[in-house]
Amino acid sequence: MNKIDKVKKIIVEKPLKLDCGKTIKDFPLAYETYGKLNDRKDNAILIFHALTGDQFASGTNPITNKEGWWNYALGPGKAIDTNKFFVICANVIGGCMGSYGPSNIGDNGKPLGTNFPVITINDMVNAQYNLLDFFKINKLFSVIGGSMGGMQVLQFVSNFPEKSHTAIPIACTASHSAQNIALNELGRQSIMADHNWMDGFYVENKKVPDKGLAVARMAAHITYLSKKGLQEKFGRKLQERDDLKFGFDADFQIESYLRYQGSVFVDRFDANSYLYITRAMDYFDLTKQFNGNLSKAFEKTNSKFFVISFTSDWLYPTSENRDIVIALNSISKDVGFIEITSDKGHDSFLLDVPDFLSAVKNFLETSYQKLK
Amino acid sequence: MKKEFFEISKLLKKNSKVLDVGCGDGELMKYITENITENVRGLEISKNNIQKCIAKGLTVIEGDAEKDLRQFPNSSYDFVILSQTLQAFLDPENVINELLRVGKKAIVSIPNFGHWRVRLNLLFKGQMPITENLPNEWYNTPNLHMCTIRDFVNFCNKKKIKIDCPNLFYVNLFSELGIFIIEK
Repeated sequence: MNKIDKVKKIIVEKPLKLDCGKTIKDFPLAYETYGKLNDRKDNAILIFHALTGDQFASGTNPITNKEGWWNYALGPGKAIDTNKFFVICANVIGGCMGSYGPSNIGDNGKPLGTNFPVITINDMVNAQYNLLDFFKINKLFSVIGGSMGGMQVLQFVSNFPEKSHTAIPIACTASHSAQNIALNELGRQSIMADHNWMDGFYVENKKVPDKGLAVARMAAHITYLSKKGLQEKFGRKLQERDDLKFGFDADFQIESYLRYQGSVFVDRFDANSYLYITRAMDYFDLTKQFNGNLSKAFEKTNSKFFVISFTSDWLYPTSENRDIVIALNSISKDVGFIEITSDKGHDSFLLDVPDFLSAVKNFLETSYQKLK
Repeated sequence: MKKEFFEISKLLKKNSKVLDVGCGDGELMKYITENITENVRGLEISKNNIQKCIAKGLTVIEGDAEKDLRQFPNSSYDFVILSQTLQAFLDPENVINELLRVGKKAIVSIPNFGHWRVRLNLLFKGQMPITENLPNEWYNTPNLHMCTIRDFVNFCNKKKIKIDCPNLFYVNLFSELGIFIIEK
């Protein structure tokens, strides 16, 4: 926990009224930056992370010592080229990497736990907007994000229509589907069924609901991959054994892989954050915010949009991304769209998918040239 | 650049709003952007072509003209271009109707099946013609609905679509390609 105290953060003094009705102020917002802000301050990009991401998008995460979650896309010479652009990435509120979240200490001197207010994508975006003031950036060059990051892109442009020249929502949706709410609920119930969860007050009771959180991660991890991808990578291959053992150990490589994914996840992620952030995703319905007309969300913006989906993504399928394109197109906004061919499922946006990376790079660089 | 694209570009007005349906690798769009109007969008079905368009800095939406034109609002473009793909659609009549709904004017080009070379081919060889504009065999051609310039003009007249084509007899015999501006 001491390490997390050392991450860069701003203290947002301005009161922020949350969607749940509660107002927060003087709360921490942790962030990281990559590249240099130029004198004109026209090369700034705000990146939004997904459910289990954080501000350490590139390089080595100093807390986990693992690679940043968007190392393939972000860095010098990469798709989002930090030799050219100044990139800001913040930890969402509700998160566990230094921003205001359920592990923060409350007025009673104890971790907030489930006394933390339920937050929304809108709240996350409004909190992060304070970074523009902090860096004295009048207008961003781009807002970019995949999955929940993409939802934040849509909400950001809707809330601040004149604050970004371009917007790249990737593998996301304007309205969280029943299937995705169901999958998130599965994860939450798994955490809450762990008797170490203790109604969310496990920290003060010196417990960790790691079994529940690991199962939540295992289930979610399956949804990030595709059937074909799983079949090709694992098939029915056995884990360090020649034959089935007629028991419940991990006979298959896929079982062993999922167990591993679950176990490493609990070391870096907080169970309550998982509850709050999945809830924020479930509550996200930009269409409903505009009384059933998604186009209205984008009426005031002149941002140039580039929507990207992936063929094998069944969590945020092309059809849902295309709905965003249709909403923009139907009011003649500047929108491009491509569906990238990939067997890597929803996770494609985080992986080495050359067609995806080159599309992002070309879009950013040609758009930036036009700006000059 | 293809001569056809120069001819199409000449029909556009400065600073007008243009949609290129089936924009391919964006060659025509790029020319239009640099020379006529910056307000150009494309619709394209091939992912490979879309990547090439993005690299050129063009705004293109991946989609199929037969079903994805629906999302564009009425009269939202001054010109909608359809270059040599009409004959490849399952339902060309529907596509024409959509072009005329989305665009105030549509520019349509078609390979002319009434060209004398095509006629001779069929007359003397008794085989489906293969020419520069129609390079494929009957069994692998993408062209489902070939027509002649005269067919297209007749179609427009029948559907009360405004079209202008003087010297139809001559044009239908000697033009390998027909380029038309049509409007409702």
